[in-house]
Amino acid sequence: MTFEMPNLLPALPEIFLLTMTCVVLVVDLFTTERTRGATYILAQASLVGTFFITLAGWGEASQLTFNGSFIRDNMGDLLKLFVYVGVFAVFVYSRDYLRARDIYKGEFFVLALFATLGMMVMISAHNFLTVYLGLELLSLCLYAMVAIQRDSLTASEAAMKYFVLGAIASGMLLYGMSMLYGVTGSLDLAEVNRGIAGESRNMIAVFGMVFLIVGVAFKLGAVPFHMWVPDIYHGSPTATTLFIGTAPKLAAFAILMRLLVDGMGTLQTDWTPILVILAVLSMAIGNIVAIAQSNIKRMLAYSTISHVGFLLLGVLAGTAEGYSASLFYVIVYMLMGLGGFGMIILMSRRGFEAENIADFRGLNERSPWFAFMMLILMFSMAGVPPFLGFWAKLTVIAEVVKVDMIWLAAVAVIFSIIGAYYYLRIVKQVYFEASEDSPPLEVAADTRVLLSANALAILVLGLFPAQLLAVCRAVFPSLAS
Amino acid sequence: MIALSDYLVLAAILFCISLAGIFLNRKNLIVLLMSIELMLLAVNINFIAFSHYLQDTAGQVFVFFILTVAAAEAAIGLAILVVVFRNRRSINVDDMDSLKG
Repeated sequence: MTFEMPNLLPALPEIFLLTMTCVVLVVDLFTTERTRGATYILAQASLVGTFFITLAGWGEASQLTFNGSFIRDNMGDLLKLFVYVGVFAVFVYSRDYLRARDIYKGEFFVLALFATLGMMVMISAHNFLTVYLGLELLSLCLYAMVAIQRDSLTASEAAMKYFVLGAIASGMLLYGMSMLYGVTGSLDLAEVNRGIAGESRNMIAVFGMVFLIVGVAFKLGAVPFHMWVPDIYHGSPTATTLFIGTAPKLAAFAILMRLLVDGMGTLQTDWTPILVILAVLSMAIGNIVAIAQSNIKRMLAYSTISHVGFLLLGVLAGTAEGYSASLFYVIVYMLMGLGGFGMIILMSRRGFEAENIADFRGLNERSPWFAFMMLILMFSMAGVPPFLGFWAKLTVIAEVVKVDMIWLAAVAVIFSIIGAYYYLRIVKQVYFEASEDSPPLEVAADTRVLLSANALAILVLGLFPAQLLAVCRAVFPSLAS
Repeated sequence: MIALSDYLVLAAILFCISLAGIFLNRKNLIVLLMSIELMLLAVNINFIAFSHYLQDTAGQVFVFFILTVAAAEAAIGLAILVVVFRNRRSINVDDMDSLKG
């Protein structure tokens, strides 16, 4: 048996980020509280570098490497590019927040970079082993990031809950993987797909698949596996909530696609009904329970759950058009989530957490510009045209209609109307109610600029959505014209 | 001769015990961490049984990775446990109720 050198080029972005993260780790040893900016700039520089390395490989044909356990394809590259954008924005938004709470430490950036690496491995996974390793690298970093505010009661409790539920999810996922391995004798996703195609409706394969779906649903936060989402979003420091709520969703979508479509595409008739149940429950519970929340982080958590329901609509349609609609949805969701949680960070200041919806009262008097940004974000999340969120909802619902599940489309529309209530309630607080105290917003210039760009991008892309939609279609080989 | 199904039944039983340990236990967080370890070990038995039965080493390699990750996971779990204990002087599961809504 000879050892063959694998082709390292497809994994170049991962290798670069890993190297840079180690450099950041070492450099951080020599920084003090005053010179911590070096760590921050280096972390941002490594993200920018990784962005351009990934961009350089854009448009090439899919490549497998490391004995078929790692795949570089255009869907993965697109998701990765948006992961970098998300993490970059998270760093910019959270810098002042962290400094004001004395958790402006190198660990935050290093953990976030390792989590990014985990997401990249998940996105490029083509083997159960790489799926698992990427997932764990992401999860372990996230547990630590939730607990980073060590003296906070709620943060430590949230970290414990996240850890236990995340570990159960990994256990479920692994159990499903072991069953599928037993049926097919391989860990490679393409081999698994071929293996279960041979025997028609193999019960053990379906049994394993159910466990896999439970594991992924946990990670996505789909009802009935959503219990952790509101608690973790509420308990974590807002900077961590911002991180958890945005980029990892892209990675969770990627493993959903890899496992269900690449790995178990032949069992599609078996997993479609399960996803229908998950999607309907997520949209229902997410939108209805969000109405009752007074804490804005919890409200956005339930809003995330409902968005996950919409996201599943495109995947369960089971067509390449459906997958591209879901891809578009998850990217749009990430941009909106960045803006939404970014606004919470913007409203917070030293010694004050803008956690309640009431804290947004009278934002219009304090800063008309950011009140307008909040309006864009909330309207977009509610799905009001012409904002980007409208197109995202429209495309997934259109795909569901195309596969003749009209009742499901009707359900989705009804729940998005119910959901509009709680988004519009925030807009009402911002514009039509007076604030008790109105200190001016104290935020760094870079946060202001990026947050404005974030919200305006949602408006501009909403007016001209064709470009982004076309890119999301082009990454699927069967749709590329 | 022990058949493959015996190993699978053992793994399934262990998996159920660990799940029950997580959901029924209302006393101690340490027991929760032990249940999580047990869950991963149940999966390991599955992998090794299948790997032996299929004469394929990939499953055993996977087990090495699971063991390594489980060690890292236990380390982080215990670290979080220490933080929780410092903040509330208790590791009782029932006391973890400040986040609600």
